Amino acid sequence: MAVITYREALRAAMREELQRDENVVVMGEEVAQFNGAYKVTEGLLKEFGPKRVVDTPISEAGFIGLGIGASMLGIRPVMELMFWSFSYVAFDQIVNNAGNIRYMSGGLINCPIVIRGPANGGTNVGATHSHTPEAILASHPGIKVVCPATPYDAKGLMKAAIRDNDPVYVMENTILYNDKGEVPEVDYIVPLGVADVKRVGTDLTIVAHGRAVITSLKAAEILEKEHGVSVEVVDLRSIRPLDEETILASVRKTHRALLVEENKPFCGVDAQVAYIIQAKAFDDLDAPIGRVSSIDAPQIYCKRMEDQQLPHAARVVEAALKVLA
Amino acid sequence: MAEIIDMPKLSDTMSVGTLVKWNIKEGQKVAFGDILAEVETDKATMELSCTVPGTVLKIYAPAGSQLPVGDPICAIGKAGEAAPDPKGKPVAPKAAAAPAPIPESTGIPCIPAAPAANAAPAPQSDASRTSASPYARRMAEKAALNVAALAGTGPGGRVVARDVAAAATAPVSTAPAGPVNVAVAPPADGKGIQPDADVLVGGMRATIARRLLESKNTVPHFYLEVEVDAAPLMGLRETLNKRLAEQGGETALKLSVNDFILKASAEALRRVPAVNASWAGTSIRQHSAVHLSFGVALEDGLVTPVIRDAHSKSLRDIATDAKALIGKARSKKLSPAEMSGSTFTVTNLGMYGVTGFFGIINVPNAAILSVGATIKKPVIDANDRIVMGHRMVIGLSGDHRVVDGANGAQFLQALKQILEEPTLILI
Repeated sequence: MAVITYREALRAAMREELQRDENVVVMGEEVAQFNGAYKVTEGLLKEFGPKRVVDTPISEAGFIGLGIGASMLGIRPVMELMFWSFSYVAFDQIVNNAGNIRYMSGGLINCPIVIRGPANGGTNVGATHSHTPEAILASHPGIKVVCPATPYDAKGLMKAAIRDNDPVYVMENTILYNDKGEVPEVDYIVPLGVADVKRVGTDLTIVAHGRAVITSLKAAEILEKEHGVSVEVVDLRSIRPLDEETILASVRKTHRALLVEENKPFCGVDAQVAYIIQAKAFDDLDAPIGRVSSIDAPQIYCKRMEDQQLPHAARVVEAALKVLA
Repeated sequence: MAEIIDMPKLSDTMSVGTLVKWNIKEGQKVAFGDILAEVETDKATMELSCTVPGTVLKIYAPAGSQLPVGDPICAIGKAGEAAPDPKGKPVAPKAAAAPAPIPESTGIPCIPAAPAANAAPAPQSDASRTSASPYARRMAEKAALNVAALAGTGPGGRVVARDVAAAATAPVSTAPAGPVNVAVAPPADGKGIQPDADVLVGGMRATIARRLLESKNTVPHFYLEVEVDAAPLMGLRETLNKRLAEQGGETALKLSVNDFILKASAEALRRVPAVNASWAGTSIRQHSAVHLSFGVALEDGLVTPVIRDAHSKSLRDIATDAKALIGKARSKKLSPAEMSGSTFTVTNLGMYGVTGFFGIINVPNAAILSVGATIKKPVIDANDRIVMGHRMVIGLSGDHRVVDGANGAQFLQALKQILEEPTLILI
């Protein structure tokens, strides 16, 4: 198995799917000639040519609409947003058109589009470039949302997203792009809607997604070494469909839950996860569910303050000890 | 803005308080220092005085309820103001116009202070309800344990899984604190000696249970016994009480047998100070002063008030102190300070005719003295004749980590000598 970066894993997924299915195309701002703003699509133009890898104008509403229209006719576009923050100018296309066409056509028209790009804070790019819209998007029936945390999941989820017949929105993370991990060179997918236990433990369940999984794994190490606590870390991987059973099985084992996400807390993904746990595993809870999110403010520009705004290991440890009290 | 008054932490070990009595009513005006309520802690009944002047808007917990420290008990604010809902829900629908408690007068953007209603922990909707996690409740149900009888170690005294697990595996599990599901047949005549009932364990009983279990389980007790000729003591007591009565009339001090034993114990500790010590893990702490604790039985339990500096007090001082402390104990007015810091404890069941017994050491004391009744019985005197004697059996339970058999025996020997020649304690 090769050890490659998260960025390379995403590229490998697109490359393999471009090879496998002639209907797959990659479109977005500077994805072709410039090799992608974050070099995720590097080399794809050279390998597959300008018909398959297409640079678009700087007009998200326009080119996402183009992709959605193409997908209705059988093309499987993989659209890059330079930042998921820019999805907001294409919201009508992303939510209204992509999310509803299958329902409104009575199942006659599918929309097999993938929209991908970074959705994260922590890189000192300010309030308008740091959104994490997975909760907003996942609140719309008809839309699927995934947040890979590791290179293995990035490749497997991207391939599953491209093959899925519904709109699937892949939230990447620029801070994770250089993270390395073992990724099989063989064809594999990570099915949508299947969470992954990233660390097995007995005393506390941490539920996380995206980079919060990595933060939680660091916190779990500290909790084990310094506090003798055995922590299980459940990586949601897919926000919608959501794998409730893996969450509930872990909580039924540890009886205590801490939810960690890089979203802002209000109406975050974990608000829904907390609801599910208390509704379906109430009699298994030995403590109130804990939560760590980004501090509830527009993304702070000052780097040192932004580092505190996002969940970090010390904050997760502190919250975990509170849940374990 | 109305303020919510929480169950205060009135002693360092208090986790739950019982509202014995409310001295106020909803709508009543209260001033700084007014006594709002009487609160029973694990140690004493104490007065809760008002720190927020205003009008009592709402009493959240009725008299008799038991609440964890920090739970809201009442709200005080301006007359006519709506009482805040401690659960954090808006109370009055008319408040909808201003959902957030941002001061109206300032146009300056500011971080709103957390509303008091949110700051206050959610109260138990039913005051008598024990705070327990859902999982702990389920475990307790399976183990046939009563969660209400368990001491919670979670936040705010919440019973959590580890508490149930500990109770289920405790060495005393043959007689667990909670009722077990033993099939007890109801009385055939339909009239039992008392109703079948699970009586909730109050603060004092829980403290007794916890402290004495800890002592008996962790302190290596050993026991010594000595029989004392109590005739001279009885004689001296009678003479002194007669003279005191002649001098003081109705209000005269009356010395009890226990007063003599307390005084004699302080003197015996002066002679054998090794017993006036405490086990401190890696050291033995010697105490320069004798702070004498003695047991006072109450209807629903037992308290142990402390006579400070008993080593430097006269018999009269000790008797006066003891009388005052007993009075306070019976009216549950002892302060935690009056019940802590003892170096030695005396218990006495003589008044019940118990001839001899051994108490459980009152940690961190090194020993406890158990005094039996003075009874008439045949004894052999110095001339080998059988005569009638007044005898009293005194037991000593010692912590063998601090006191050995020999110095325990020396202590009893000194005590016996003082009690048999009681005039010694007058000097």
